Amino acid sequence: MSLIEDRPDSGFTLSKLFNDSRYRGYTFQVIAGIAIIALIAVLIMNATANLERLGKDISFGFLEQPAGYDIYPKLIPYTSQSTHLHAAFVGVMNTLLVAFLGCIAATFFGVVAGVLRLSNNWLLAKLMAVYVEVFRNVPVLLWILLIMQIVAISFANPLDFKGDEPAETLLWGMFAFTTLGIYTPAPVWNPGSGIVVGVFIASIIAMVFYAKYRRKVLFDTGRMLPGWPVMLALFFVPAILAHFVMGQPVGVDYPQMGFFKFEGGALIGGPLIALWLALSLYTGAFIAENVRAGILAISKGQTEAAAALGLRSNRIMSLVVLPQALRVIIPPVISQFLNLTKNSSLAAFIGYQEITGTLMGVTLNQTGRSFEAVLLGMLIYLTISLLISFGGNMYNSSVKLKER
Amino acid sequence: MKKNVFLSALAAAAVTATGALADGHGGATLAAVKDRGSLKCGISTGLVGFASQDANDEWEGFDVAVCRAVAAAVLGDPTAVEFRPVTNKERFEVLNSGDIDMLSRNTTWTFSRDVDLKLEFVGVNYYDGQGFMVPKELGVSSAKDLDGAPVCIQSGTTTELNLADFFRTNNISYQPVSITTASEAQQAYLAGRCAVYTTDASGLAATRASFENPEDHVVLPEIISKEPLGPLVRHGDSEWGDVVRWSLNTLIAAEELGITSANVGELSAAPTENPEINRLLGTEGNLGEMLGLPADFGAAIIQADGNYGEIFEKYIGENTPIGLSRGLNAQWTDGGLLYAPPFR
Ligand SMILES: N[C@@H](CCC(=O)N[C@@H](CS)C(=O)NCC(=O)O)C(=O)O
Repeated sequence: MSLIEDRPDSGFTLSKLFNDSRYRGYTFQVIAGIAIIALIAVLIMNATANLERLGKDISFGFLEQPAGYDIYPKLIPYTSQSTHLHAAFVGVMNTLLVAFLGCIAATFFGVVAGVLRLSNNWLLAKLMAVYVEVFRNVPVLLWILLIMQIVAISFANPLDFKGDEPAETLLWGMFAFTTLGIYTPAPVWNPGSGIVVGVFIASIIAMVFYAKYRRKVLFDTGRMLPGWPVMLALFFVPAILAHFVMGQPVGVDYPQMGFFKFEGGALIGGPLIALWLALSLYTGAFIAENVRAGILAISKGQTEAAAALGLRSNRIMSLVVLPQALRVIIPPVISQFLNLTKNSSLAAFIGYQEITGTLMGVTLNQTGRSFEAVLLGMLIYLTISLLISFGGNMYNSSVKLKER
Repeated sequence: MKKNVFLSALAAAAVTATGALADGHGGATLAAVKDRGSLKCGISTGLVGFASQDANDEWEGFDVAVCRAVAAAVLGDPTAVEFRPVTNKERFEVLNSGDIDMLSRNTTWTFSRDVDLKLEFVGVNYYDGQGFMVPKELGVSSAKDLDGAPVCIQSGTTTELNLADFFRTNNISYQPVSITTASEAQQAYLAGRCAVYTTDASGLAATRASFENPEDHVVLPEIISKEPLGPLVRHGDSEWGDVVRWSLNTLIAAEELGITSANVGELSAAPTENPEINRLLGTEGNLGEMLGLPADFGAAIIQADGNYGEIFEKYIGENTPIGLSRGLNAQWTDGGLLYAPPFR
């Protein structure tokens, strides 16, 4: 103890920066920091000099100019007279749409495949193993192109639905599978629909409260109230009742063949289907592995102990294993969501107009502002990714081990 | 040790980065092509008649012929070309980054491409305009009847901009189906992903010619834009721009002057009565020297594939499946727009 204090302080010398373990760490960090800044500076200088040689400057003014091209699909109002910035937003919305749908489907595929891969049913387990290996080991771009091809080959030419005796007819009068995409019936919100929707939202909230109440009763009295039947009833009955009480305000619009294509109903475009399916099946395979790893990480003793208490096997899974496994599963799944979102940029190959297709595709090409467009595109992906991580981490901390 | 590796890598990166800086191409493209012994020419990814591969995988076509003419002028060998197929979307990036020496692929000369994208169009090899193709069974006779149609368009083109303008000004709507290459567009159109295909009328004719049943499809009468298509180079190397410009002009002027692949050998053997023919073929004056090319560069160009008219007839003319008539692309003496400046 006193040894250290007694050592004579020889004062600070330059060589200490390298030899003294107290300073050495800082020294190298400062050197590395300067080196990195220098590297970045060189790259930026090189880029600007090269642009200058081409007679180009760096300017984001083009974002204010009219874009001049049309985009499909568009989730927000947009015309060819809107600005390039606006076109970029339309692209961002399309990115978010496919990322959102993809993450949901990928989670579903992943959880199902991950759990079933551990099932005692040999056939199911092997089937899931095949799914995981097949999808995980082929580049996702090939899956996207393959599904796009399948849509192009196996679905019908929309014009075949035309005429008095069309070569193709709607499935159940409701669905049309065309090379342009799948047409489905769409809801029509006539006046009064708001109340129906309001009732529906209220019943969802009621479901949450019922679940809490059911748990409380179980913990307080040990009595088990009915689960699924009540939940299903809450989901459907009030909204349907409201619909009839209000005089059926929610209508249905069926697709109908027009001159060039179907009118009415809703169109889920072929590129969106291909991209969404491919991304979610591909990412689902990875998530399945994360889920399997998470479940395997829970010691067998937990399962056995739960079984000794008399719990049935699906209860063991949902009450004992999964809540603990989630802590292992969530962090890698968040990065799978990030992968899915970034992989959605492959949409450019099949003409789904997301941010890579609009800002970094047509806008870049028409304005020649490649440097700016790519920089902005990177910034957008970074922002989306950070938001997803943020959301994921919030969820993660809500399920992680509460230490008391 | 680790740190040393890092620092030397850093130094290396810095050196190469600045190295790239010093290697500009102002005025240097001609020298680079001569040094390399071959011309890097950007062409389309495949459009019958304009750029396609024959049975021996050799590129041929109306746009390819311009590349071959330049290679013949500079290197005396029309086969000394490295072809680089580029999509509409990437073509200007590829040219501006220096990956290719010139671009010859159905590209429209517009103000913003010339001025803002820093490209130098050296002339026009085909005066075109945008048209529409639809299946005959639809019975559509005018582009104004296309309200609500799904339309296949190649992204990164003037086509998509003209299309948006046309539908907006006529107060009709359409659903854009965006496509990267001509062959994809063809596939999408035949599969019914779009009821309408729109691009330059020459491209429509070429696409239609490659269908199994061309007569099942009609090209509508409307031409909604001006599309002067021509070869181009980067800004900043005017000497190289001159080489490509006068190679194209040689093709055009040769037709006007009656120089053909059949008689070029005879005409260039000794000076003729016509001084302009002599200057073009290098038997008089020093036009080649002014360009930094051999004196007989003009003769080499015509020997490659013939003059403009011969190339036109061979690849896209009335006797080919594409069947385009000269129309606007006739010599000015025949009421067309082709007019090469004088060789003097
Ligand atoms: N001329 C227009 C359109 C160019 C274009 O789309 N050309 C088509 C055919 S006319 C083409 O090159 N297709 C072959 C390919 O996609 O590689 C432009 O320069 O923007």
